[in-house]
Amino acid sequence: MAESSPGPQNGADILVQCLIHQGVDTIFAYPGGASMPIHQSLTKFSDKLRTILPRHEQGGGFAAEGYARATGKVGVCVATSGPGATNFVTCLADAKMDSTPLVAITGQVGTPVIGTDAFQETPIVEVCRAITKHHYLVQHTEDLPRVIKEAFHIANTGRPGPVIVDVPKDIQLNRIAVANWDPPMNLPGYRPFRKASRTELLGVLEEIRKAKRPIIYGGGGIIAAGAAPQLRAFAERLGIPVALTLHGLGGFPSDHFLCLQMLGMHGTVYANYAVNDADLLLALGVRFDDRVTGKVSEFAKHGRIVHIDIDPSELNKNKVAHHPIHADIRVALEDMMQLLDEQEGAEKSRGNRYTDWIKRIEEWREAEPLQFADRDDAILPQYAIERLWQIVRDRNKLEETIITTGVGQHQMWSAQYYHFNSPRNWITSGGLGSMGFGLPSALGAQAAFPNKTVVDIDGDGSFLMNVQELAAAYCEKLPVKVLLLNNQHLGMVVQWEDRFHGGNRAHTYLGAGQDEAPYPDFVKMAKGFRVGARHVSRKEDLDGALAEMLDSKGPYLLDVLVPYQEHVLPMIPGGMTVRDIIKA
Amino acid sequence: MRHVLSALVQNQPGVLAHISGMLASRGFNIDSLAVGETEKPDMSRVTFVVTGDDLELEQVRKQLDKVITVVRVQDISGEDFVERDLMLLKVQATPPQRTEIVLLVEMFRGKVVDIGLATMMVEISGQERKIEAFIELMRPYGIVELARTGRIALVRGTPNPGEVQ
Repeated sequence: MAESSPGPQNGADILVQCLIHQGVDTIFAYPGGASMPIHQSLTKFSDKLRTILPRHEQGGGFAAEGYARATGKVGVCVATSGPGATNFVTCLADAKMDSTPLVAITGQVGTPVIGTDAFQETPIVEVCRAITKHHYLVQHTEDLPRVIKEAFHIANTGRPGPVIVDVPKDIQLNRIAVANWDPPMNLPGYRPFRKASRTELLGVLEEIRKAKRPIIYGGGGIIAAGAAPQLRAFAERLGIPVALTLHGLGGFPSDHFLCLQMLGMHGTVYANYAVNDADLLLALGVRFDDRVTGKVSEFAKHGRIVHIDIDPSELNKNKVAHHPIHADIRVALEDMMQLLDEQEGAEKSRGNRYTDWIKRIEEWREAEPLQFADRDDAILPQYAIERLWQIVRDRNKLEETIITTGVGQHQMWSAQYYHFNSPRNWITSGGLGSMGFGLPSALGAQAAFPNKTVVDIDGDGSFLMNVQELAAAYCEKLPVKVLLLNNQHLGMVVQWEDRFHGGNRAHTYLGAGQDEAPYPDFVKMAKGFRVGARHVSRKEDLDGALAEMLDSKGPYLLDVLVPYQEHVLPMIPGGMTVRDIIKA
Repeated sequence: MRHVLSALVQNQPGVLAHISGMLASRGFNIDSLAVGETEKPDMSRVTFVVTGDDLELEQVRKQLDKVITVVRVQDISGEDFVERDLMLLKVQATPPQRTEIVLLVEMFRGKVVDIGLATMMVEISGQERKIEAFIELMRPYGIVELARTGRIALVRGTPNPGEVQ
């Protein structure tokens, strides 16, 4: 524990020092009446803890998520009571769905007036129960060290998730002498760690030994558990191909010959064929989300299913597994490697056992690769993303480049055409699908890694939802880049209108009129924020503009006009099966 | 199938709201829920009666266990356990009907806890079926109002395998 002053001090000072004790170096905090003492305190400790001022609490919450996803550490955001706190609601729900470790601290009206509908009073703990992993309404200043310790422990162990800590203003102002900065936690019901038993893992290895067509379905749990190296070693040793979920991208190298890229609704044809044909599905750190499975009863129905996850409630929730195993995936993979070492005739389970299976997958991959029909008269969004990836790759900067996105077509194309070889370079809102996530989460990642390049690949709809954070980018000197794929529409909804609603446009056009210039003028807007910006619409200008964006010292917005008629393909429509896959 | 779940929870504000909110938002149907303090002042016991198939029960149990303040959840349906429900029932009773009702109350090992000019209040505890049977017997007299605690349950003998050490 760090040294802390022994005399009486107020709750806000205690709270801030508790954060420092937890190793927090950056927080995203927007002040207001009920959180002012915390901000006053933050100025005292600014040499140890950087406070970034977002321009909306939702931006602060998403930035904290970006920070958490880029680092694996707990992201921290602070807001005032009432509307400040309710602006965190989407961020908390987002972090819950995507298992992002987050501690959100909210100011609350003083304890004497709680429950009186005081100015800016919201029962935020009540509001947030179902969308947080845990929640606290701090009742005594004395409780702060324990509550903060517990909050961080809960947020970042087991299946990570968001914790809200609501701190009434009088609790922030009360002065006490802290007796113990490292008090024991009182969490008798919280047992986040579990190791798979030898019997369980031998059962898995037996399934693998019997299988002829095994496949790994890897998800965000691989990255959260820090299990990417173990997954690679395991897959290589046994020669099992790997398909990844949206959040699994980067958990296994995209350029690896065993990598089938993403599966599911907008996954590759060959990944989905492989899962459908597999006789053994190894589901590792995943939750059988409907965007992966389609019709769940038809998903992987020909095979045995092994499901390993740290959250036991995910086992047998959406899909019943033959081997439901509650365990930390990293440890489970390590232990299975060890068991393979021990087993006699380990060479039998070495790679290349599945040559026929790999050959079949290769045939699918060659016959139906991920592709789009490029055009010369326009910049297709897929092309812009592919060029960004190629340029970054050619500069040998893939490891030092983090991509964030909003939600929609641009997000899916980013998942398809930007290829991730290592974890934590890909930050997106998957489960909740929160538009407006891209720019603020990029700020968070940039704050964590000032020397990396952070690119928010965004759509015009999503970008506008948190556009105010350009101010934070400029004023906080966070040189994020925005690759704005501007099609003047809500592209994904347009795609569904085209496919399922006869092309009827129902409030999905975002422009000002067909005879008007693209709207709004994002370049002018960026310049208003003193952020560098450029607009391109001709294909031949794209490479130069991407280079200019990547080379710019400060934040930069590249507004790329793209046609709205493109669809994200392939596509398995919701609730359908691999047989219904739309390829063109 | 009917299951009795017994959960030991930290005795803190909001725990019940958290649990009932979680059950509602996940669409689980609870037949009965009773909560009260235990021998340890910082712990409460919540007893649920849930009807559902094994998979649904597994989810209810796991989701309950996931609530941080829930210390332990046990499906005691398969164990040898004692289950009780307490009811207060107010029934219309004219003076000539009183003896008849008192007789029934005695047969059910209940107690008459209040007598008015036109009504009587009866206290009955026991298993659900016994309580239901008594209610049916009282219907013809005219039930004015009734209140029930919901089912509480404990496994027989020691130690309770679900208990925190």
